[in-house]
Amino acid sequence: MTRALKHLALLGYVVFLAFPLLWLLSTALKTPQEMAALDPTWIPRRPTLANFADAFGEQDLLGAALRSLVVAVATALITVTLALPAAYALARHRSAAGRIAIGWVLVSQVFPVVLVIIPLFMVLRRLELVNTLAGLTVVHVTFVMPFALWMLRGYVRAVPRELEEAAAVDGAGRLRALAAVVAPLLAPGVVATLLFGFISSWNEFLFALVILKDPEVETLPLTLVRFVGPEGVARLGPLAAASLLATVPSLVFFAIIQRRLRSGLMAGAVKG
Amino acid sequence: MTALAERPYGGSRGGPQGGSQGGSQGGRRSRGALALMLPALVPVLVFSVGPLLYGILLAFTDARSGRNTETSFVGLENFAELLSDGDFWESFRIGLVWGLSVTVLQFLASLGLALLLNQDLRLRGVARVLAVVPWAMPPVVIGLMWRLVYHPDAGLLNGLFGTRVDWLHDFSLALPAVIVVGVWTGMPQTTVVLLAGLQNVPKELYEAVSVDGAGAWRRFWNVTLPQLRPVIVAITSLDFVWNINQFSLVYVLTQGGPGGRTRLPMLFAYEEAFRYGFFGYAATLGVAITIVVLAVLGLYLWRQAREAD
Repeated sequence: MTRALKHLALLGYVVFLAFPLLWLLSTALKTPQEMAALDPTWIPRRPTLANFADAFGEQDLLGAALRSLVVAVATALITVTLALPAAYALARHRSAAGRIAIGWVLVSQVFPVVLVIIPLFMVLRRLELVNTLAGLTVVHVTFVMPFALWMLRGYVRAVPRELEEAAAVDGAGRLRALAAVVAPLLAPGVVATLLFGFISSWNEFLFALVILKDPEVETLPLTLVRFVGPEGVARLGPLAAASLLATVPSLVFFAIIQRRLRSGLMAGAVKG
Repeated sequence: MTALAERPYGGSRGGPQGGSQGGSQGGRRSRGALALMLPALVPVLVFSVGPLLYGILLAFTDARSGRNTETSFVGLENFAELLSDGDFWESFRIGLVWGLSVTVLQFLASLGLALLLNQDLRLRGVARVLAVVPWAMPPVVIGLMWRLVYHPDAGLLNGLFGTRVDWLHDFSLALPAVIVVGVWTGMPQTTVVLLAGLQNVPKELYEAVSVDGAGAWRRFWNVTLPQLRPVIVAITSLDFVWNINQFSLVYVLTQGGPGGRTRLPMLFAYEEAFRYGFFGYAATLGVAITIVVLAVLGLYLWRQAREAD
């Protein structure tokens, strides 16, 4: 293949990957009149930000975003708090139980979420946690836990054990060694896992759909779907605007952790 | 790549490391490990094993969504009902068509992209960024975005082709249209993993065949592909599992319509459980999905392992 052909192929990919995104942006900036025109235009003739204002007027976007924020932050913090000691143990101490636990984390990926969501729903109902943000948080923690464990375990293993042992030999206690030597090296991985937990929860739809019933407790993905309505008729401009806004936090955080997430996924994929 | 570089510390098959030196230290360690293992096992047990076992158990009951309904064991009754349920077979057929075609197309598209990204081409920077964006987007937003693209009036496609097709409501076009979205959505992970795999192929191998005068195609066929094989097997297996369990994307795009033409098994199970309230039956569906996934994966991995020998 010549270079020109390769460039052409890559251009094809860029177009395929970019065109829906550009169309979303274009739709968000169009006036209703232009949207109704028979010939769709790529670049809005008279770009407007009115759709963004309308989006906030049409649905309780701000409230939904706040609720999503609460659930996502809580999910990230709880998951990492629970998973960190676990990941440390799994990385440092080899035992049959540990191997089974980490094997399970992999195997559990095969099961469809219905098998988890129905029992969780029944338990939450008994605890009167259906239709509450607390209930959704519990479910999100279970959903993020396996990959968080997997990621954190990888980051712990990347910290040379010798460093830790050297510090312990130097007279620092095991805990001091952990705090002084391991914690700083582990911090970036912990931040990456926190952000991963946040993004997963912020983006999550199915569990929210099952757990949350009233508009007053809805998270952002549910509110976005509500824009479309049961008949599928929607004011496309505000819908596009709201969709763009909902994507911003995920994109920003993802940009920060992208590299580390890649290595986490690689560890999973290569070692299988 | 940190997680890859740490191999030396991770030798699980009992290297020379902790063997003979220090028996007493070993004893202290194992007690400490037990204390440490507890926080490790509890979250896994409570949040993952427990609900799953409960879910599997439900498959053998007639559990309903009502608050005060009695639940009793019904043995394999749900499974018998499942096998005679035409909607179930149709949903599974669609699920397999969707799962296999998205996985295969995703793989081919991502392999092409990864090969291009691995070379020094212009546009590479842009393509790299674009290639991971779908990964970060909420599935709901991806679904809504493509609804705008497919929209019959204000959409892009009809304007571009001069057609008047209602893509997502057409009986024969809906599934292919949804598959395209599936491919678009899942390309990032696959591309990233394949690209990393490509970068790990030792340069010397290429040099050796270049000396033999092999062309680009032969190099790809004889060096790249065999070297990538483990990575390919791993990522396509993962993709298949992810794809067959897809829900949000298709729910937002079509809600399973038109006339059930895009009703993936997960959508079917969701409706059974949370629209009609048949918890037990939906759990049975979940178990059936698991069996199918395991069967397909098992066959695939078995064939790969045989060919690798």
